[in-house]
Amino acid sequence: MISDWGFIGIFFLLAIFFPVVPILTGVLLGPHKPGAVKNETYECGIRTRGPARIQFRASYYLYALVFLIFDIEAVFLFPWAVAYGQFPLYAAAEGVLFLFLIGAGLAYVWRKGSLSWQ
Amino acid sequence: MGDLFTTVSSWLSGILAGAGIPPEAAAWIFAVGRAFLLGVSGLLLVVFLIWFERKAVARMQDRIGPNRVGPYGLFQTIADMLKLVLKEDMVPPRADRILFHLAPVLAVIGVVGLWAVIPLAATAYGVDLNVGALYLAATGTLGTLGILMAGWSSNNKFALLGAFRTVAQLVSYGVPAMLAMLVPVLLSGTMSLPGIVAAQDGFWFGFAAPLAALVFLIASLAEVARAPFELLEAESEIVAGFHVEYSGIRFGMFFAAEFLHAFTIGALLAVLFLGGWQGPGAAEYPTLGALYFAGKSFMGYFLLVWARATLPRIRIDQMLDFCWKVLTPAMIVLIGALVMVNRVLTESPIWIRGGALLGVNVIVAAGVISLLSRSHPQTPVGAHGRPPLPGAQPCATTGMGDEAGEKPA
Repeated sequence: MISDWGFIGIFFLLAIFFPVVPILTGVLLGPHKPGAVKNETYECGIRTRGPARIQFRASYYLYALVFLIFDIEAVFLFPWAVAYGQFPLYAAAEGVLFLFLIGAGLAYVWRKGSLSWQ
Repeated sequence: MGDLFTTVSSWLSGILAGAGIPPEAAAWIFAVGRAFLLGVSGLLLVVFLIWFERKAVARMQDRIGPNRVGPYGLFQTIADMLKLVLKEDMVPPRADRILFHLAPVLAVIGVVGLWAVIPLAATAYGVDLNVGALYLAATGTLGTLGILMAGWSSNNKFALLGAFRTVAQLVSYGVPAMLAMLVPVLLSGTMSLPGIVAAQDGFWFGFAAPLAALVFLIASLAEVARAPFELLEAESEIVAGFHVEYSGIRFGMFFAAEFLHAFTIGALLAVLFLGGWQGPGAAEYPTLGALYFAGKSFMGYFLLVWARATLPRIRIDQMLDFCWKVLTPAMIVLIGALVMVNRVLTESPIWIRGGALLGVNVIVAAGVISLLSRSHPQTPVGAHGRPPLPGAQPCATTGMGDEAGEKPA
């Protein structure tokens, strides 16, 4: 028999196939008439100046960092959420303690001003 | 005929066995066929969804919507698809070609991949993963990655701005969405989605934890980046955001992925909080269960369409504040309280447990609302207008004589 993850593998191969087929059809069927002006980067008709990949504000970076921490912590909670019902009460309480630590981390980040859009 | 899915599959396996195919190979053929069917029906559904949404939004805005191509404009989407396929396929100069080509593919995979684990009925699902909820969280992120890649690789300043907003928005709302997804897991004690649905027999988690369902809906709405959260493609601010350089069917792939994702949110809401295929008679007749599931999913999808047609776009600082300072702390408190109540009342009858859980939800919701109304007192309409962006310079030439200028900041 096929394992569960074998099916997921088949599914993903097919899921790659679904968008690739219409895109290739589009490439084959569409016209190909490149032009200097047409190919230009579209920025509302104003001529593009310099590269687009420039320095950007650090606020975005802070949000990404905070997300990273909280997402990993949320993933840690999933196995506990499955198992806490079979353990004594203190196991559930320990999980709540962990949640409290997450909350304290959030309060710290909040207090530091990382969550304020500047 | 109660169980259409088992009937069809046993009929097909009879044919395969009759043709002399070994059971091992037949299992593979089955798996491929099932995956193909799920994926294709998802993408065909998009054709209908686009028509439905255009029609519904048009009605809400007192317009008629598509009505030329076919009866009630039903074939409008097919005409649009043909047009998109026949358009010229362009890659902007100095774009990162590999990422540029990969991005729309990833966006579709991130959505279609979710359907591998969603149970359509008691006997109809792609696969019953024992870590289904985690799989959903992981696969859903692929779409975000696609959007980020599209914005970065286009070498366009507007697209790059869209990509930055993706980081701030999609990534932030992933946290409350995941925490809300945790609630059905901890109420049912399993991560498998068919298991979660089976645990909701006569006890829908949406009734025990309505606040979690609401947070899930809001956070998911932000994750599909539709109005009022469509900051990454806000056309009045950054042209079309991350997909400004995409043309033809490449753009169409982003578009299709977005619509299918919106419906998938409805389906997930149904599975996690509204009992999935559960309903009167669904246990004996799985076909009926599939109908219940479709109805509930469409209800969730309709909520998303409704929000899109009704609400104006939210500013980025307000949106991030709402995520990090309202939804996330509320979910942390809610999960802690739900776990303790649920653990203490494991032995008690279901109506006491459900009532206690509902009470916890109501208390947390009331706390959030009272805290919010204390920190954001309502100003009378017309006195100030919206609060200014943090760091914004007061505008000297408003000429409106607003009282906000009198207060020295």
